[in-house]
Amino acid sequence: MSKTPFDSSVFPLRHLLGIEGLSPLDITLLLDRANEYVELNRSVGGKLDTLSGRTVINLFFESSTRTRTSFELAGKRLGADVINMSVSTSSIKKGETLIDTAMTLNAMHPDVLVVRHGSSGAVKLLSEKVNCAVINAGDGSHEHPTQALLDALTIRRRKGRIDGLQVAICGDILHSRVARSNIHLLNVMGARVRLIAPKTLLPAQAERLGTEVFYDMKAGLKDCDIVMMLRLQTERMQSNFFPTVREYYHFFGLDYTKLEAAKPDALIMHPGPMNRGVEIASDVADDIGRSAIREQVEMGVGVRMACLEVLSLNLAAERPVADPNDSPVIDQGEPA
Amino acid sequence: MIYNPTPPEKTHAEHLVAYVNARLLDPATGLDALGGVLTQGERIVEAGAGLFTKDIPEDASIIDCRGQCLSPGLVDIRIQISGKDFANVGASAVAGGVTTAVCLPNTTPVIDDRSVVEFVARAARKAGLVKIYPYGAITKGLAGEELAEMGMLAESGAVAFTDGTRAVSNARTMAQALLYASTFGLMLVQHPEEPTLAHEGVMNSGETATRLGLSGLPKEAELIIIERDLRLAQMTGGRLHIAHVSTAESLDLIRAAKDRGLTVTCDTAPPYFALNETAVGDYRTFAKLSPPLRSEADREAIVEGLKDGTIDAIASDHTPKSEDTKRLPFADAAYGGVGMETLLPITLELVHNGHMGLLEALGLLTQHPAELLGLPAGRLKAGAAADFIVFDPNRGWKVSDTELNSKAKNTPFDGRPVQGRVLKTVIDGRLVFDLEG
Repeated sequence: MSKTPFDSSVFPLRHLLGIEGLSPLDITLLLDRANEYVELNRSVGGKLDTLSGRTVINLFFESSTRTRTSFELAGKRLGADVINMSVSTSSIKKGETLIDTAMTLNAMHPDVLVVRHGSSGAVKLLSEKVNCAVINAGDGSHEHPTQALLDALTIRRRKGRIDGLQVAICGDILHSRVARSNIHLLNVMGARVRLIAPKTLLPAQAERLGTEVFYDMKAGLKDCDIVMMLRLQTERMQSNFFPTVREYYHFFGLDYTKLEAAKPDALIMHPGPMNRGVEIASDVADDIGRSAIREQVEMGVGVRMACLEVLSLNLAAERPVADPNDSPVIDQGEPA
Repeated sequence: MIYNPTPPEKTHAEHLVAYVNARLLDPATGLDALGGVLTQGERIVEAGAGLFTKDIPEDASIIDCRGQCLSPGLVDIRIQISGKDFANVGASAVAGGVTTAVCLPNTTPVIDDRSVVEFVARAARKAGLVKIYPYGAITKGLAGEELAEMGMLAESGAVAFTDGTRAVSNARTMAQALLYASTFGLMLVQHPEEPTLAHEGVMNSGETATRLGLSGLPKEAELIIIERDLRLAQMTGGRLHIAHVSTAESLDLIRAAKDRGLTVTCDTAPPYFALNETAVGDYRTFAKLSPPLRSEADREAIVEGLKDGTIDAIASDHTPKSEDTKRLPFADAAYGGVGMETLLPITLELVHNGHMGLLEALGLLTQHPAELLGLPAGRLKAGAAADFIVFDPNRGWKVSDTELNSKAKNTPFDGRPVQGRVLKTVIDGRLVFDLEG
């Protein structure tokens, strides 16, 4: 497996905690690199040795199948040692605080921590306490940067550009980290973002994030190039965010009738896992010509390879791959 | 008197009827002049001061109104239907001049599902007479917990949303309901009474309640909900309507909210500007209402609110109750009174007492409530449905069980001499009530 050389010095950040604050240049760099990995993943099997000797820990405080698997596969394809830690097997269940967990893991000298946590800001808090690079794999309702990057790569490959596209993000915006990361990314890359949801599922002053807000699917989807559906958590029904699944689907579920308002070649996306018949009709989700839902999953691995590579190579200077003959060093100091 | 609930004969669609020699009163246009109305089938063809006998086509039937008032039919935005008694509601409505009524969702079954909206529409059509529109429930089963399918209920014909005689008492539920409803541009109608403070109160808190040894219902129970909901409406951008305000301070709150630009509306019912708590007298359960009859100062403030426009409409709050539920010790008796047949004469007291003009008073019963709920009613206009009444604003009569057409006789105005009587009620061009016919 071959790869082009990569100048890690151009990516300025130690951690990838969110899309907010990234420049178009940073994003383009990650997307370009990810795109190369997508092609490589398609053409050849086997492993690269880019991250050989590096350790990636997937630390998931919230259950996840696809994101965790995607990161695991990405790490392994790059030759890193990947360890999965999930909440059920961790000491969190025994009452350890987030920071204690971080310190403990830090003492094991991982190179990259991939962290998902149910509380907004928890990943940033953890990143302040460790020496390694941290990738946010989703924190509360805040950000999910690799999802936004894989969405962007999907769009760029299908549409050839992001700039100037009209994108509608539909559904539970209020609780969605995917929506927030996408809003930041799409805005900075020059797309125009619309949000479509019942008012109960829209955060306050959402338009201040640089979006246009709609409460009606047909009005909001009019002339859109991209339709991003979000997952509706049906347990929100009990908290009076919407009355019933039946009513939600009637007004906000994506079906062909509502889709007519969008451009004929509008691309349909969903971060998964989907609730068929809740936020999206089965036939729309499975429309080979228009739905990019499976492609998004494929882009995910490439994007995560790019992120792991860029961040761990940034660390190369301060954390060279250890010589196996060196004696072990015990880190007892306060982390930087 | 004649009821004509049978479907119109085949010729009805083409039949021309002219109501001539009437004092036309149309609050929407400010029209107050001698003239007539020409109807063809279900519609008004022409209405105006220019319409006299000589202009009427030869084949039209002519009804001479003998100089009496002719106005749009009354639009009553708050009635209750007990059980499935649509026919009785219709008889009472048309006798009171009500041509359009909006019923609370506390029917059996509750209007919290599309199928019930359709059932109510069908039952009302079958009973004929008055046009009935339904409110939908804000919460499932009116339980104040989970939101009802307001979007789909509105599509099926619910004109606005309320939990009827119950306030949505949980602040978060009300906030979510306002937010959710505003997604679809729907209005919520709140019954302003904080249930935990109202507790076991059965009449207005104060001297009368104290003398009678009845547990008091503080006006603060009303104020707290109004104050809270005004905040929630402001916060959510939701459309709020406060039903049957009954205290002076309620109006202060609503007036101030309107002054600062909030889109909020309210209505009241005749008991609150024509009666006070002393009407409870010697434990008269017909005067047990919700909200309760308040102090004289409150009553006077309600009159002021009607005069200055703080109150947007008058609704009857028609609540039929059987004798079984009223012939009980006061504390155990049911709340509510019938009101459609006294709606016009009690409102006309405002005119007879010099508080407002006839057109102004009629506006509170026709144009304003119709516009509030977006109902196609409340005006005399060519092309509009021929829904109007002929009435004598001065004719005196005494409210009594023999005079009322309603099966339930529980009126808080029982025994009251009033002035103003509906002579004819026309709905969709059909004469459905004729006092002297």
